[in-house]
Amino acid sequence: MSDPTLPATIDTRPRSLSGDAWDDLRHSKIFWVSSGLALLILLMAFFPTLFTSANPADCTLSRQYAGPSGGALFGFDYQGCDVFARTIHGAGNSLWVGLLATLLAGVIGLFFGMAAGYFGGAVDAILSRGIDIVLGIPFLLGAVVFSGRLSGAGDDGVTAVTLTLGLLTWTSAARVMRSSVVAAKGQDYVAAARMLGASPARLMFRHILPNAFAPFIVVMALLLGANIAAEATLSFLGVGLKGDAISWGVQIAEAQKHARVAPAPLIWPSTFLAATVLAFIMLGDAVRDAFDPKLR
Amino acid sequence: MTDIKAQLDVLPGLDPRAPLLQVNDLHVEFRTRDGVAKAVNGASFWLNPGETLAILGESGCGKSVTAQAIMGILETPPGHITRGEIRYRGVDLLKVREAERRRVRANRVAMIFQDALSALNPVYTVGFQLAELFRVHRGASRADAKSRAIELLDQVRIPAAKSRINDYPHQFSGGMRQRVMIAMALALDPEVLIADEPTTALDVTVQAQIMGLLAELQRQRNMGLILITHDMGVVADVADRISVMYAGRIVEEAPVYDIYARPAHPYTRALLESIPRLDLKGQQLTAIRGLPPALTAIPAGCAFHPRCGYAKEPCRQDPAPPAYAVAPRRTARCHFFREVLGE
Amino acid sequence: MFRYIVRRLLQMILTFFGATFVVFALMFANQDDPVQALAGEKPVSASLREALTERYHLDEGLLSQYWYYMSNLLTGDLGESISGREIGTLLEDSWPVTVRLSLMALVIAAALALGAGVWSAIRRGSVFDNGILAFTLLLLALPIVVLAPVAQWIFGMELGWFPATASRNASFYALLLPALVLATTVVATQLRVTRTSVAENLRADYVRTARAKGLAPRRVIWVHVLRNSLIPLVTLIGVDLGVLMSGALVTEGVFNIPGVGSKLAQGIRTEDGPMVVGFVSVLVIVFLVMNLVVDLLYAALDPRIRYE
Ligand SMILES: Nc1ncnc2c1ncn2[C@@H]1O[C@H](COP(=O)(O)OP(=O)(O)OP(=O)(O)O)[C@@H](O)[C@H]1O
Ligand code: SF4
Ligand SMILES: [Mg+2]
Repeated sequence: MSDPTLPATIDTRPRSLSGDAWDDLRHSKIFWVSSGLALLILLMAFFPTLFTSANPADCTLSRQYAGPSGGALFGFDYQGCDVFARTIHGAGNSLWVGLLATLLAGVIGLFFGMAAGYFGGAVDAILSRGIDIVLGIPFLLGAVVFSGRLSGAGDDGVTAVTLTLGLLTWTSAARVMRSSVVAAKGQDYVAAARMLGASPARLMFRHILPNAFAPFIVVMALLLGANIAAEATLSFLGVGLKGDAISWGVQIAEAQKHARVAPAPLIWPSTFLAATVLAFIMLGDAVRDAFDPKLR
Repeated sequence: MTDIKAQLDVLPGLDPRAPLLQVNDLHVEFRTRDGVAKAVNGASFWLNPGETLAILGESGCGKSVTAQAIMGILETPPGHITRGEIRYRGVDLLKVREAERRRVRANRVAMIFQDALSALNPVYTVGFQLAELFRVHRGASRADAKSRAIELLDQVRIPAAKSRINDYPHQFSGGMRQRVMIAMALALDPEVLIADEPTTALDVTVQAQIMGLLAELQRQRNMGLILITHDMGVVADVADRISVMYAGRIVEEAPVYDIYARPAHPYTRALLESIPRLDLKGQQLTAIRGLPPALTAIPAGCAFHPRCGYAKEPCRQDPAPPAYAVAPRRTARCHFFREVLGE
Repeated sequence: MFRYIVRRLLQMILTFFGATFVVFALMFANQDDPVQALAGEKPVSASLREALTERYHLDEGLLSQYWYYMSNLLTGDLGESISGREIGTLLEDSWPVTVRLSLMALVIAAALALGAGVWSAIRRGSVFDNGILAFTLLLLALPIVVLAPVAQWIFGMELGWFPATASRNASFYALLLPALVLATTVVATQLRVTRTSVAENLRADYVRTARAKGLAPRRVIWVHVLRNSLIPLVTLIGVDLGVLMSGALVTEGVFNIPGVGSKLAQGIRTEDGPMVVGFVSVLVIVFLVMNLVVDLLYAALDPRIRYE
């Protein structure tokens, strides 16, 4: 079984970072477009007030479904909240949760993958079975149980969702890491360094990790897109961000019920969410293409 | 079975008295991102029924590409036939419509590939892959096709053919797999068989068995056989004539005895000197110095001149040496063939 | 073949116990008050507390709790939900429509992936191929939480081409829009895998042999190349079943289809612990069994595995 959260297979043969890859990337339009988009979204997430001065929590029922006015470019929703302000501020939570969860998954994956690849044998076998077990639980089903269990009463769910996503999505990172390490271990220069008495730590950090870097980055970018989508899905189902937390998933869940009368509150967060996921998937794709030009 | 042959005979221009196969001035190039690779540059040769023609040359000189062009299975793009004729019984196959061309394949001209393991489809039984030929080309029934497949495996001497018919390629040994390939090529009684390095992937003892089998089947059926190889040792026993290929051209063509006795082209001579000989045991092998040219930049004049010990000024200038008639039925593309012959 | 099946079976059993234990432990382990955890944030009456404690043996150790739970589960006794309904009955009522929906989605996705994937691979670099690649990228970027409500709004409400909701006995047509939405969760990956695998196989030596045999291009592709290319696709379908289950959770909710997914979503919303754990455990079992079936299918397609 491979990881369902990743869009396509990833080749892990090492290709040096300094080589043609950067050159390819520099000339890739997709790379620049997706980086630009990602940067814009990051800006939105960390400095929402650059884009809107309205308070997203300021909702008045008297403005229910009111059309666009002033700074409220997208009008108002069922509860009379400013859709534009909420959408902009929604980026923060989505990205924050996505980044943290991906980081967590990356750290777990890095650690387990390295251990499995470097030690092989029993360690590898146990970790492989562990990965099988995680993948044996359909992602969202696992997430629903995890997230429901981890979130305490009255909290906004950020910690719970982050932990949930991190704990369920590290497998792809671990696999990529593992195969990079296995591949690097087989290389002559690593064998030579080992024979010359390089310590395991030195081997790992000087010789093996640099080769694993590119495929790892690809997985991280793709995973970030997937995790942002997953956060929205959990919030949509009511086990993600909750309470007063602003999130695209919560917005979509709310607006979906009233789409017939007021589509705008559904369309805008949907568009932003899709654009965000697209940016990171495209970024991952572009980097992978640069490092693995075999099948373009 | 006869009706298909009859149908094929309707190929316009087919002349039973014309030479079996004649390749004239064949040019093939590969247009890739890195430039145009001229893999075949005016290859010409002919083949008669019952005759074995060996095509000999270093790796990359265009032997397989020539074979694929004859079969009509070049990958296009990037491969393109830019000039030349491939006449089967007088009909230029390059001018025949694709549907008719397909009927020539396997029915009239068949091919054996080097690596039988990868050349056979891994997910179908050997029986299926053999029977397919009868079902597609002859419209045979399932049972009929199967019994013919068993017959064929018997003919190429695969033990217990009846039970092995349901086995997959990976269950056969290397030699047995090559026998299956041979059976497949001979299924529809072709008149021309092209064997592209049929024994390179096998051990020496098995090589001899397979070559023996090929020679025997060829004699029985009076087929024309084109044997592609870069192994001069194999050629001596089985070939009638030899065409030596260099950088996409036939540089020397001669009956096998003549070539071994007195090569007329410096390249042939170098090839001969590079085979280990029992009587010269212990002496150093003379490998040909230098490398074959890049096909994207073939030297002007005689393509061999950068590696040739006989090279003089005319060799470096276009046009390339023509096919000088060295003797009846014998040509060499070398300005100084007399010198090489030692005359 | 036998060894392959045995190995797969052993692996599956291990994964099965591992996965169900993880789900179970999360629900029950290390809680200050496991009864309260099962009931969410609702107040728990003394009688309910007693019933839950007895049902899940909450007064015993975790492993024996798990043991009782699994033996009940495997004998088909799923217990009652917090609201007092038989979980088994809830599941029985809801699975047929979910299976129909998922099968439709799977067939639609696989048919699209095969058709477009093969064509893309043959015409690599063409306008069609690039279009397909862009399209799959777009699909990958459209999470189902976006696609389901938006498709419902556009095609179900604004254009009115399809019913916006579907019932338990929904017709093929009523399920078509949700099935299409569900199919988008897996079609992009399937298509890309098909394309890559066909493209790789087209360059294989056996394709050259097939052409040398005078076979028509159509036969070369649909008989010789496809059978080889199906191998990775079939493996992927095992994973996709899990993705479809996840997708059904959202799709059924949005389109109001009373299937397993929407029941589960409802259980989540009402914080019905027993029901969520029951449903999830059953779905995990179904997923693993289906994956075993897929593995066998895989062996049927690839003789090299069968005889290993
Ligand atoms: N599909 C292809 N695309 C690009 N170039 C090709 C292709 N097939 C062959 N060539 C080029 O044509 C040249 C001749 O190849 P060919 O396979 O005919 O060599 P050969 O004489 O059969 O060598 P060998 O003894 O190694 O089989 C090669 O050097 C290669 O560069
Ligand atoms: S033509 Fe000149 S370079 Fe070519 S083979 Fe003869 S002597 Fe050598
Ligand atoms: Mg060759």
